[in-house]
Amino acid sequence: MKSAVRDIYNNVFEFVRTFGAFQLFFLRLIRHSPRMLMRRPGLVIKQIYNTGALSLVIIMVCGFFVGGVLGLQGFANLARFNAEDSVGAVVALALLKELGPVITALLFAGRAGTALSSEIGLMKATDQLSAMEMMAVNPVRRVLVPRFLGGVIAMPMLVAIFTCVGLFGAHVVSVDLLNVDVGAFWQQMQLSVDMDDVQEGIFKSIVFGIVASLMAVWEGYNAIPTAEGVGRATTRTVVITAIAVLIFDFMITAIML
Amino acid sequence: MQQTRSVEIGTGLFVLLGMSALFFLTTQTTGGDRFSADDTYEVEAYFENVGSLKARAPVAMSGVTIGRVTSVTFDAERLQAKVTFEIDSQYGTIPDDSDASILTSGLLGSQYIGLQAGGSEDSLEDGSEIFFVQDAIVLENLIGKFLVSSGGDE
Repeated sequence: MKSAVRDIYNNVFEFVRTFGAFQLFFLRLIRHSPRMLMRRPGLVIKQIYNTGALSLVIIMVCGFFVGGVLGLQGFANLARFNAEDSVGAVVALALLKELGPVITALLFAGRAGTALSSEIGLMKATDQLSAMEMMAVNPVRRVLVPRFLGGVIAMPMLVAIFTCVGLFGAHVVSVDLLNVDVGAFWQQMQLSVDMDDVQEGIFKSIVFGIVASLMAVWEGYNAIPTAEGVGRATTRTVVITAIAVLIFDFMITAIML
Repeated sequence: MQQTRSVEIGTGLFVLLGMSALFFLTTQTTGGDRFSADDTYEVEAYFENVGSLKARAPVAMSGVTIGRVTSVTFDAERLQAKVTFEIDSQYGTIPDDSDASILTSGLLGSQYIGLQAGGSEDSLEDGSEIFFVQDAIVLENLIGKFLVSSGGDE
């Protein structure tokens, strides 16, 4: 009985401790970020390439089909009310405010987040991070900060590209295949989309970029330095990022509505 | 050296692509004119009530889009709404006594202008006015009329 209570106490204590360590880790990354960006922009550019440019293919293909299916569903359901002209508005609002940022963040976690955390975890497992410390190089600053910044910078771009390609997909499906009027498609979209909607999407993409990159870097840095530990860290990156992104999405939407 | 060069080119392209996507979203989805006819002529009509008709709404004849509304303004002298719209020049033989009505596409759809051909020999040309018009149907007025007419039955 006594040991069960102590177990619960230890678990709660450990959870609070991890949470605190996570906050401090985040602050450390933020504190080193401006200097890294100024002094070693090459490292950051390399990571923007790794996380952003190399994710382009999956982002664009998924964006096209998400937009296309939205156009298809929007057309099929709006046609019941003879309001298929509004399909442009429906697709644009859905992509700009919700699906663009959220799906991009989930794809980002799968494509770039896993790569980041397994790379960092393997560096730790093969003692590369310790070697850097021996040479008086701060591994947080040299390895983690550029990867974090690369993800944060790449995410809004990826979201914008995803949304544009999605609109293109919806255009192909509804205008070219289902014969919705081109003018009505764009007119309805422009009537119902405000600058606020675009800003909400950009704000979300920035927040999700920070969340996804932070989770990947944190999990990699705290991986148990074994083959199994690195694998587990990679899995946890995807799971935790997905949960965090969806919770943040709900909170931001609730605040902004 | 070659490797960093290709990384830099890739990153540059990626950022440019992202920027232009952002630019497209902020400008194209929120405003602008998309009617694509090279040659048009402008016609105007005055309405008592235009409902929620907006610029860029389609102008249709027999259900086919032949033009766009360019502006909806209020004429303070005639105390009426002035609607200007452009029609594709390939439809140059529309009789000048045609009538224009403001219609709604579907139950929740947007409002548009429907033209109905008249019988005149002369056709509409740039700057001419359509005299036979029918206002937008406002649901509140319709309900009001219905209530008044049903009240008088007793």
